[in-house]
Amino acid sequence: MKTAVLVFPGSNCDHDAYHALKHVVGVEAEFVWHKQATLDGFDAVVIPGGFTYGDYLRSGAMAKLSPVMGAVRRFAEGGGPVIGICNGFQILLEADLLPGAMIVNDSLRFVCDYVHLRACTDRTPFTRGIPDGSVLRIPVAHYQGNYYADESTLSSLEERGQVVFRYCDPEGEVTKESNPNGSARNIAGICNEAGNVLGMMPHPERCAEEAMGSADGRRLFDAMVAWLGEKRG
Amino acid sequence: MKAKIYVTLKRGVLDPQGKAIRASLSHLGIDGVEDVRVGKFMEVTLKEVGVDEARRLLDEACRRLLANTVIEEYRIEIGG
Repeated sequence: MKTAVLVFPGSNCDHDAYHALKHVVGVEAEFVWHKQATLDGFDAVVIPGGFTYGDYLRSGAMAKLSPVMGAVRRFAEGGGPVIGICNGFQILLEADLLPGAMIVNDSLRFVCDYVHLRACTDRTPFTRGIPDGSVLRIPVAHYQGNYYADESTLSSLEERGQVVFRYCDPEGEVTKESNPNGSARNIAGICNEAGNVLGMMPHPERCAEEAMGSADGRRLFDAMVAWLGEKRG
Repeated sequence: MKAKIYVTLKRGVLDPQGKAIRASLSHLGIDGVEDVRVGKFMEVTLKEVGVDEARRLLDEACRRLLANTVIEEYRIEIGG
């Protein structure tokens, strides 16, 4: 079982993701430079956070044109699990692999803090075995995490079970106060219609072991490993 | 030939920067400003192409890269 951690100019959470996968979860991981146009031999793809291309034009707007993104598109179409974290989520949106867009936080401040997430569906490879309503404690660090989509897209996301995480309070209540960036309907993470592509602003790779203050992030990677194991039979 | 491209947030998309700027103007005593929307301005120098061709390729550039049409709209001015 081999996971790809994509590396673009300006990625800066790539080593955290690699560490969480390889040293904490114990699955094979390899860095893949964005110029590479194939993902043959990989079982899962992580698009890590950072500031690809310095966020020029818009977050993720340049990275979507890298050769590796064509490979990600094919990998996703084939049903392979893809997780985009923070800037990785922004890249998935810009690449049209997920619907919607990011605008700046409503506070106009960079927010760097632990938040609570309410898990809303266990149908993705990364949330398999995490029951609806579970509360995870995972940090965010972003300036443009204010998820936006028009009303009909938002309703369709909800109807099709594509909202994966919402910001909530420690008890799991989805409240305005617990939303760190003003995102529509408290959305913190969404998946594509098939469920195999997940984008989320919070950083599970930063809290995959107790020494980091929370090990909740590990649950997503453990779920991915279990999902891949099941698929292999 | 030069062209100007204006990329602005669609109406209805929250613009926190614009709101903050409007508030700052009011702090300065510059009243009478009802709303501010912040956008991007790009000046493009084109190779030798006709006006129609310029419009066609800049429209494609806006749709595929320069603007994110989920949240933004764009306007192209050719010439000058």
